[in-house]
Amino acid sequence: MTDTTAAAPHHSWFHRNRQTITPWLFLLPGILFFTLYVVYPIIQSISLSFYKWDGLGEATYVGTANYERLASDRAFTVSLFNNMKWLLLYLLAIPAGLFIALFLNQTVRGIRIYKSLFFFPFVISQVVVGLVFTWFYDPNFGLLNGILGAVGLGPINVLGDPALATYGIIAAGLWPQTAYCMILYLTGLNAVDPEQIEAARLDGAKGWRMLWHIIVPQLKPATFIAFVVTIIGALRSFDLISIMTNGGPFGSTRVLSFYMFEKALSEYGFRMGYGAAIAVVLFFIMLFFIAYFLWSMYQDEKGR
Amino acid sequence: MRSMKKLMLAGLAATMLSSSAFAEGLSGELRVFSDMSNPAPRAVMEGMVERFGAMHPDLDIELTVIDREAYKTQIRNFLTADAPDVANWYAANRMGPYVNAGLFEDISDLWAEPEFAALASTKGAMTIDDKQWGVPYTYYQWGVYYRQDIFEELGLTAPATFEEELANCEKIVASGRACYTIGSKFLWTAGGWFDYLNMRTNGYDFHMQLARGEIEWTDDRVRETFANWRKLIDMGGFIEDHQTYSWQEALPFMINGDATAYLMGNFAVPHFRDGGLTDDQLGFYQFPVINPDVAMAEDAPTDTFHIPANAQNKEAAREFLRFIVSADNQTMINAGDALGQLPVNAGSSVDDDKFLKAGFSMLSNDAPGGVAQFFDRDFSAEMAKAGMEGLQEFMVYPDNLDDILERLEFVRQDTAE
Amino acid sequence: MFPTPLERTSRSWQIGYQSLLPVAVIAWLLPLLAVAMFSVKPSSDFTGGDYWSWPSRFAGFENYGRVFTDSPMPRYILNSFMITIPTVIGAVALSCMTGFALGVYRFRFNLVVFFLFIAGNFVPFQILMIPVRDLTIDAGLYNTKLGLVLFHIAFQTGFCTLFMRNFIRALPFELIEAARVEGITEFQIFWHIVLPLMKPAIAALSVLIFTFIWNDYFWAVVLTQGPQAQPVTAGITSFNAQFGVAYHMLSAGSIVAALPPVLMFFLMQRHFIAGLTLGAVK
Repeated sequence: MTDTTAAAPHHSWFHRNRQTITPWLFLLPGILFFTLYVVYPIIQSISLSFYKWDGLGEATYVGTANYERLASDRAFTVSLFNNMKWLLLYLLAIPAGLFIALFLNQTVRGIRIYKSLFFFPFVISQVVVGLVFTWFYDPNFGLLNGILGAVGLGPINVLGDPALATYGIIAAGLWPQTAYCMILYLTGLNAVDPEQIEAARLDGAKGWRMLWHIIVPQLKPATFIAFVVTIIGALRSFDLISIMTNGGPFGSTRVLSFYMFEKALSEYGFRMGYGAAIAVVLFFIMLFFIAYFLWSMYQDEKGR
Repeated sequence: MRSMKKLMLAGLAATMLSSSAFAEGLSGELRVFSDMSNPAPRAVMEGMVERFGAMHPDLDIELTVIDREAYKTQIRNFLTADAPDVANWYAANRMGPYVNAGLFEDISDLWAEPEFAALASTKGAMTIDDKQWGVPYTYYQWGVYYRQDIFEELGLTAPATFEEELANCEKIVASGRACYTIGSKFLWTAGGWFDYLNMRTNGYDFHMQLARGEIEWTDDRVRETFANWRKLIDMGGFIEDHQTYSWQEALPFMINGDATAYLMGNFAVPHFRDGGLTDDQLGFYQFPVINPDVAMAEDAPTDTFHIPANAQNKEAAREFLRFIVSADNQTMINAGDALGQLPVNAGSSVDDDKFLKAGFSMLSNDAPGGVAQFFDRDFSAEMAKAGMEGLQEFMVYPDNLDDILERLEFVRQDTAE
Repeated sequence: MFPTPLERTSRSWQIGYQSLLPVAVIAWLLPLLAVAMFSVKPSSDFTGGDYWSWPSRFAGFENYGRVFTDSPMPRYILNSFMITIPTVIGAVALSCMTGFALGVYRFRFNLVVFFLFIAGNFVPFQILMIPVRDLTIDAGLYNTKLGLVLFHIAFQTGFCTLFMRNFIRALPFELIEAARVEGITEFQIFWHIVLPLMKPAIAALSVLIFTFIWNDYFWAVVLTQGPQAQPVTAGITSFNAQFGVAYHMLSAGSIVAALPPVLMFFLMQRHFIAGLTLGAVK
């Protein structure tokens, strides 16, 4: 590493230290942007969560009052609980994606088109997915009740029933998320070692046993990425809720990300500090996962 | 040199002449932000700017029309960051956050001018802390729009009392219809129902005390309001699944005859007409009497113009507000082919439209109790949001009332701090 | 290969599989197909309460025509492009540099900086919302496309850096070593040696970021208002308000809004999938 500088001792200071300086020069614009728009705002939000501020006048320091208030706020509890539902149920995208990937991992005519069509929901914006599913669930003319009616069930008003609405939205979210996981697994399956499979076949392994003991372990990198993107997706669930129910009926489909927006910036929301406190809670939930992701990646880096 | 002369002239004029004559010298830039984004209101707004511009050729008017829904969340941004000279908003408590934050200009001086006496009916709604913070340009009645043809078919007449109302409703339900359509997905429609039921049960003053947070939500009188509401809910008076619909999505129920009436603001009338209802099919009646001991009061939301405290050209802005409230302008902009609403200025004339005339006569003669703005304008922002959510829940699960009221009471105490 | 390749299975399963495929696709895309059908129905079908029958006549041209002539939709679409394209260029440019720095050089804080970018990329948006909004307002960039673009570039740099750095790590390092021995400057190494090798990564990342940014809704709502600056994801809600319960129009509008990333995906499929699945195999 140092032989270039040693070969040219009479060069300028910059030249001698270029191995040290160059990376920072290349990093500079990226770090500046990232600090200004991501790192610093996180610090600001955390500090704001200790203030009472309506976004218009002066902010007043209130200590931990915002956090104490969270404890007695039922809407917050509902949101937190819904977040847990999202986190758990969203993970279904991983086995579902694996299942579809296994189904499509064949080399028949036109399979590429089928793969693209299955993947296609992921490309559509969540806003459109939300609209599409809102109509799908519509109690009046929705396709869902049409189908249920045909088999003698229903009608149900998925988005109007506080017991069902959150699940209805999660189902809509699973649609693109499953497609995402599917594509990860399709790529992963391509890289599975065929020799191992043949060897296992000779040992008499097939079906579920083969899948569980031979295939799934080799798909570990794909599963890790699928897990990461699904967790992030679950905690970012905002668009679908905003489009499909706007948090209703009577606040039953709120999650932290939506509640925070509602408290701080929506039509009736003037509690910036309180909103920031909600965001901080969300941030710490996420931080738990981020720490796990980074730790896994660090193990990987060390292994190289 | 010329500008110096102009300035001196203007100064002279200001001391010697009336305000309108002074306005001849208006110059510079006037920036107007408006939420009148639907096609008809937009044309009205553009027309006003054009006519005002013609009166003041030296004034450079820049109009920005923002989507009406987006405007509600954006106003706080531009009032602090990029204030125009004139901006739309709403009356009553809805101005509160901006008035308290010092973002609206105190325009009590305008209201002290003799011409403003004609606006006296809305002065209260524009007043916070004994000062006035904006001017009204239009208002509209709320009330029950109903299918006259179906009422005739069932042998019903428009009810004057709640007992008649309930009796009507029973027959309507028996005919396989719902009495009322409503779409409560965006909550505020339920606020309209509460306003009327509460004002009819407990009166205007009580309603306003509740709005100001002076009465507990768990008060028995509030419960009485909900008990009256429940009578209609329990008999199947409202369409099902209303929590999934917007107010527009609830319109077809009435247009198709699946529901016979809609408690709404007058802005719904063009939608009924577009949907194919003729004026023979569509009728209007005032929300019936519940408690004969309280005076009838109405919801009549007033839409307004304000001068932001950070405005650059306040002089031109004041003149623009004078122009907006003038009797002639209000007649023109509220006409049936324009906004199709009611002028606030007592000197204006009301368009010759069946529903506008009915509304005007109702508000002028049959609302002795007072005129409220609307649930989400009279209650503080946070209370309004939590309140309307509770009202929606009540409409779907009336049994949850105790829980709902306790929650609302919690919010009331919390926001009172 | 797993599962067992079709050629090696029974004849009946082969036929069963081949016929199951189209059925499965239709079932999978059913909600979308319904909207596509709505979008070509004439309005008279809906006023009659007839939602589910086959369109009484094909009204696709007039419905889609109205989306472009009777609404601010073209404006929103244009805004989306004017937000998305500069963001793609900016984020890719920045991350080529950061990726190069983190992938090629060994220095003390390399991993720290790298992990900072990754962590930032996972952060929930809401924690950034209030400060970023205030920052944008203070800079006079509220309700401008530039305000949105700058934020997107900054935020996407996290993900892009992860992507680029890992890509560069996989490049043959000997090339760079050899260049250094010949006395080529570090910048020239970046420009003439590494950058040309990064072309596939740049292509993949561009397609991916295009889709992400096009589909952004949250920041569009927080940082913009109205047709001057709002992209189509946010614009569609006011489009919906304008057309109320005209489902044929709402459906057509939704499809128009969804189309550009879909086209991008089908045209650049290879790059797209390469981008998404980076790291799914080791």
